[in-house]
Amino acid sequence: MSLLEIHHLSKSFFHLSALNLVSFSVEPGDLLGLIGPNGSGKTTLFNCVTGVLRPSGGLVRFKGEDITKLSADAVCHRGVSRTFQLIQLFPEMTVLENLLMAAQERKGTLWSRLIMRDETEETDRALSLVDYLGLSGVKDHPAANLSYGQQKLLDFGMALMPDPPLILLDEPMAGVNPTMIKALVTHIRDLNAQGYTFVVIEHNMEVVMSLCRRIVVLCQGEKIAEGTPAEIHDNPAVMDAYFGS
Amino acid sequence: MTDVLQLFVAGLSIGSIYAMAAIGFVLLWQTSNTINFAQGEFVVLPAFTMVLFLTVFRLPFAAAFMATVIVSTLLLGVLVKKALVDRLLRMGVLPLVIATIGLSMLIRYSLQQFWTPLALPFPAIFSREPIHVGGVILSSEELMNVLSAALVIGALQLFIRRTKLGWAMQAVAQNRELAPVLGINVSRLVGLTFMLNAALTAVAAVLIAPVYLVKYDIGIGIGLKAFYAAIIGGFNQIRGALLGGLLVGLVETYSAAYISNQFRDAFALVILIGVLLLKPEGLWGVREEWA
Amino acid sequence: MRGWRTLGILTGAAVLLVLPLLLEQYKLYLASLTLVYLILAIGLNLTLGYAGQISLAHAGFMSFGAYAVAILGPLGVPFEGGLVVGAIIAFFWGLVLGFPALKVKHHYLAMVTLGFNIIVFLVLRNWESLTGGSFGISGIARPRWGPIGFQSDRAYYYYILGWAVLVVASAHWILHSRWGRAFRAIRENEVRAQVVGVSLRTYKLMAFAIGSAYAGVGGALFAPLLAYIDPGAFTLDRSIQFLLMVVMGGLGRFEGPFIGAAVVTLLPEALRASEGFYLIIFSLAVILMMLFMPKGLVGVWDWMLGRVTRRGFGSPRPPAPREPATVVAPK
Repeated sequence: MSLLEIHHLSKSFFHLSALNLVSFSVEPGDLLGLIGPNGSGKTTLFNCVTGVLRPSGGLVRFKGEDITKLSADAVCHRGVSRTFQLIQLFPEMTVLENLLMAAQERKGTLWSRLIMRDETEETDRALSLVDYLGLSGVKDHPAANLSYGQQKLLDFGMALMPDPPLILLDEPMAGVNPTMIKALVTHIRDLNAQGYTFVVIEHNMEVVMSLCRRIVVLCQGEKIAEGTPAEIHDNPAVMDAYFGS
Repeated sequence: MTDVLQLFVAGLSIGSIYAMAAIGFVLLWQTSNTINFAQGEFVVLPAFTMVLFLTVFRLPFAAAFMATVIVSTLLLGVLVKKALVDRLLRMGVLPLVIATIGLSMLIRYSLQQFWTPLALPFPAIFSREPIHVGGVILSSEELMNVLSAALVIGALQLFIRRTKLGWAMQAVAQNRELAPVLGINVSRLVGLTFMLNAALTAVAAVLIAPVYLVKYDIGIGIGLKAFYAAIIGGFNQIRGALLGGLLVGLVETYSAAYISNQFRDAFALVILIGVLLLKPEGLWGVREEWA
Repeated sequence: MRGWRTLGILTGAAVLLVLPLLLEQYKLYLASLTLVYLILAIGLNLTLGYAGQISLAHAGFMSFGAYAVAILGPLGVPFEGGLVVGAIIAFFWGLVLGFPALKVKHHYLAMVTLGFNIIVFLVLRNWESLTGGSFGISGIARPRWGPIGFQSDRAYYYYILGWAVLVVASAHWILHSRWGRAFRAIRENEVRAQVVGVSLRTYKLMAFAIGSAYAGVGGALFAPLLAYIDPGAFTLDRSIQFLLMVVMGGLGRFEGPFIGAAVVTLLPEALRASEGFYLIIFSLAVILMMLFMPKGLVGVWDWMLGRVTRRGFGSPRPPAPREPATVVAPK
């Protein structure tokens, strides 16, 4: 059974069609790249899958369950995490609190969250993530005070915190220096080897071609190609999409 | 039947004044995210200014009116915008809201303390002679109120729909981030909106003063009516504030005439509850899509 | 620093306990009133300061507690019963108000809650058989535990203080739980909060309901202070007063309501010496405060505790430190 199935997904804003009948699936353990020129609907796709936007049509299945109409928090509970193109953090909370926040709603009930105070397990995990990502020096700083690169890492860490089977990364390399890019790529490869499934939106072709095993190409809201990096690289339709005709 | 029609005109008359206050309020909100809790006082201050020019400076009516509009525009438009809005807007909604609360208190109690806590009489602008229209007796003052308001609001609508500046205002109201990309100087436009609001409230002041009398604390009630009109009418468009204001005026007039004291607010209540439960964005408001 | 804080709290507690022995009549009334307003401010701080939900309906919820006590008292219900009933009614209506609040965007919420406040006021004024309409209800009795009565101003002050302690303790408990963190997440970044699994619906409703319940408690304690209430005590003006307290004290900070309630209640009184001008000076103070200390007076408190480096007060955020992220070898 595929981990994530996207079937004929469509989304329009008033008269503007942002997504049109897009279909593909993601298998457990995949490292899928989602690419396309600006405005092709990649982030809209993420938003529709994660419940931030309501699709206008189509179906999204996660682990066999229909999640098309679920709200964002319900989708999160099912096991999908994501990062954002424009970094979305909790600016006044510290790095540690941001990470704890990313985990706290996935366990227990509403009442246990009020009454139970013990967070040692989550704190341990957050601390080890902080180490893994190299943020130990700033773990008690408010997120707003971090540098851009550190914030990107924190965003990434928050997606990892709840131990989700599926992680959607929206342009994780954007605006990041080459050293960090290498670090992120290594992290993603590592985690993928451990069993986490990734779908990555990226503009950095080098990264996409070297990191991802499969690629889906969107253009103006439609899927125009799908295949291995080599296949995509040689696909004339993809060239067209990026450089126009 | 005569009654109903008389009351209708009366309701429109007071309603159109509320509408002007509400329209200005909504304009400020739309273009600059300002919830102006001093809107009622923005009507009271020009009312007092008018009295000043009429009684102390003994200017003829038209001159006093022009002077009032100018003073109002400078003080409540330009000054407030430069001193408060420019500095506070970037800190989010709340600091500015609190500042307007402080401003409303400042205006109200300054007028009470430095001028007078008593009510000042205001000369009627339009004659109070009754007019006979098709067998029905109507108040000419009320008719003139409606006409004046219609004129001003009509001019405003023309400005917003037909001029470049008006279009710029609409653009800023719909998408503040995008507007500068189109070459619009958002700050200057916000200043313009404040000036427009000040002018609107000045006109409202002149029309309402003969009816309400001029006292330092009438701003509370007027402001509340403006908020109420904007709530039930809708925030997204001028049309909402306009129709909301008229509705408030009509409901108020008919309720006072037909419903006994005990239940006089019932109708207003039902409308408010209905709107909040069923259409919180207002009767003529537009639900905004979560982007 | 921990030591200073404990010392501060102990000193404050001592002052509060000793106060009624030093004050009488009007000043004692002010102290009692400030404690009541503290309870109300704590409620609004939870809804607005922590969860980011702007509410102008707070006075409406306050009225539920006040009228519950005023109406049930003469029917033989003990004061505590009336208070609990009022708090429950306020909790319930807070939930109800939460629903339209979920549907509208942030700024519209102010107007929706304002509308609710108007509704409550109109109902109070028109439902004469229940509330006495504009005439209000007088002769509201203070609590009595069998032979022990809290009728005197001093005794009632201590009674209010007891409830204030309960409210502060419970608010501290709630806000330092994961609920508190979820509230803050909603205020700081609603979309991100949802995406990490925060049910906006649940937490926003709770923020409204709990804040309103506290308002109900405050209202119940308010009623016997002057032994008289009428709908005019629960208008928009009153809601705005609480808004002032919470913002001027410091939004989303636990100390905020303490500072805000004290300043908004006592500063005008302190200025009374200037006769008619005190309100003018107060309103100027409000405007100036927003211009120069928009984060609230809690910034002064932070400064006193040497906490400037951690948050800074009212000024734009300090520049972000520019260190490259270190690359750590993967595990």
